[in-house]
Amino acid sequence: MINLRDKGAEFWERSNRPVRVLTVFAILAVIAALPYAGNSFLQTPIAAFDAVLVYPMGMFILMALGLNVVVGKSGMLDLGYVAFFAVGAYTMALLSTHTGLNTWEIMPIGIVAAMIAGVLLAIPTLRLRGDYLAIVTLGFGEIVRVSALNSESIGGALGIAGIPFPPGLGFEYQLLDQKYFYWTILVMILLVIWVIRRLTVRRPGRAWESIRQDEDAAELMGVSTYKYKIWAFVFGAAIGGGAGVFYASRSMVIAPDNFTLNTSILILACVVFGGMGNIWGVIVGAAILGYLPDRFRFLSDARLLLFGLVLVIFMNLRPEGILPRKKREKAIVKKDSGASL
Amino acid sequence: MFDTLIHQFWSLTYSGIALGFIYVLIAMGYTMVYGVLRMINFANSEIFTVGAFATMIVSKYVFDFSLEMIPPSNAKLFLVIICCLAASMLVSGLLAFLVELVAYRHLRNRTSNRIAPLISAIGIGIVISEVVRILTRARTQFSPNVVPKKVLFTFQGAEIRLDNTVTIFAGLALFIILERFIKLSRLGKGIRAVSMDEDSAKLMGVNLNRVISLTFILGGLMTGAAGFFYVNVYENVKYNMGFSLGLAAFTAAVIGGIGNIRGAFFGGIALGLVEIYASAIVGTQWKPVTVFIILILILLFRPNGIFGEAIQKTRV
Repeated sequence: MINLRDKGAEFWERSNRPVRVLTVFAILAVIAALPYAGNSFLQTPIAAFDAVLVYPMGMFILMALGLNVVVGKSGMLDLGYVAFFAVGAYTMALLSTHTGLNTWEIMPIGIVAAMIAGVLLAIPTLRLRGDYLAIVTLGFGEIVRVSALNSESIGGALGIAGIPFPPGLGFEYQLLDQKYFYWTILVMILLVIWVIRRLTVRRPGRAWESIRQDEDAAELMGVSTYKYKIWAFVFGAAIGGGAGVFYASRSMVIAPDNFTLNTSILILACVVFGGMGNIWGVIVGAAILGYLPDRFRFLSDARLLLFGLVLVIFMNLRPEGILPRKKREKAIVKKDSGASL
Repeated sequence: MFDTLIHQFWSLTYSGIALGFIYVLIAMGYTMVYGVLRMINFANSEIFTVGAFATMIVSKYVFDFSLEMIPPSNAKLFLVIICCLAASMLVSGLLAFLVELVAYRHLRNRTSNRIAPLISAIGIGIVISEVVRILTRARTQFSPNVVPKKVLFTFQGAEIRLDNTVTIFAGLALFIILERFIKLSRLGKGIRAVSMDEDSAKLMGVNLNRVISLTFILGGLMTGAAGFFYVNVYENVKYNMGFSLGLAAFTAAVIGGIGNIRGAFFGGIALGLVEIYASAIVGTQWKPVTVFIILILILLFRPNGIFGEAIQKTRV
């Protein structure tokens, strides 16, 4: 199979600055125009296409980018990512219905709340080995959901309704025409991509990469692995929290059922399906896995069944994802395995 | 708050141990696969669901039992138990074998990426539970009462019921058979060798594919047996029943030190007891939270499970 990632990288390296800028703008323009493509073959049969673009697609991309920092870049298996999403969403729901704050004022509070939850989870658990981490994060996700379910003061099983839309910034957010939501989430995604790319080429990014490749060696080389693992975790939590705030504000109503383990697994599937560690792959994977179930809603009953089949078949065909990691890294792996034979 | 616990201590203890044995058997499906492959068998909860359905189907359609009938006794009862148990174990064992073939084998040889097989196993799990959901139209199916809930005798005010007793003794027997098999048989030695060092085992002539298949099948057999015991005690099956039980059983395996079947044994019993006691103290709805808080606390102080490194070295 052709390696799209390498083809893309080759094109990027060969072109000069104006070509690069033009390409980026062309791609951005196409993506930003997507809400107008609702009448084409892309149309989703039951949900409106512009709504699908916001949730699940946009929201999945945002969360998958956050989870990718934890799973793809630092190599820690987190199965409870939805907990941070839930913390953000509940912060939004509680503050907006009890105080007069609006979405943009709550956003930083929600992000900080999710980060605090991240630190609380990270400090005891990140000393554990990889697979124990998976089960503890999974447990944490369930604790958050079950606590929300059983606490009548925050709505219990019914959740919280009447969460206001974000205030317009020169335009009004509408329920029936969600293109403003879509563009907002697009801006959020671009912002996250920019931050992740900045971090990746600097000290934290290199530390995460070394932890993923060999934690003991990284520690010996003087990387404070515990500290950087906590940072990766908290950074991922912040993105999840931000996504949660926006999700609650758009959905107007949230309930514990929105935050089950299935969501965590779905986001993880997005990351692996697209290509762990590569943000473009993760974006493509999340877009596809967010879109497919809604596109094939006419299959109604067999929809999830097919989703499972796609996961199995696709993982068997392309275990490294649609757009895998960089060529350079693969070369290192190849050399290593050659030497050990 | 502690009234229920004190008043019904022995009866809670007994049902806790019975629940613990169900966890022990499901945990085998996780812990053995983990010991050999260092991977979580995410489809195990669905293997359990299918095993439970097999018991329901055999008792309902092969023996023509109905929900209102009087449970059989003596020789007939023994025959029914053996048939249902065998059906559940065989179906689950076969399914586990297929799961390994489809989700793990190809990927294992192709990539060093450890999360890819996880996702394909999750995919298989979704496929199985969705097939069951569509076939049952997402409704809870009630199973006929195979083993009567007869009170054998009372101990300190606790009623010792037949269904729980069957679970405990048959569960213990199955566990001992499995443990001896792994310890003494040639194939069991192969499993232990692979779990210690895959490459060396291969060099010593162990057929890796066969050993891994066998591990999945053994795990599946045990998980299927757990399905039978579950149906006996709770008498209903649903397409998503495996989720919470699988999660608890996996927790049990982790508490005991994952990859280690004796650890899983004690972890399972301990978890069964803690769950039942915790439900009596703080209410059933908080059960998952207490279980996970205990798990986190245990891992904080003993990061390799209760039995720690000493037993870790004698994996599987």
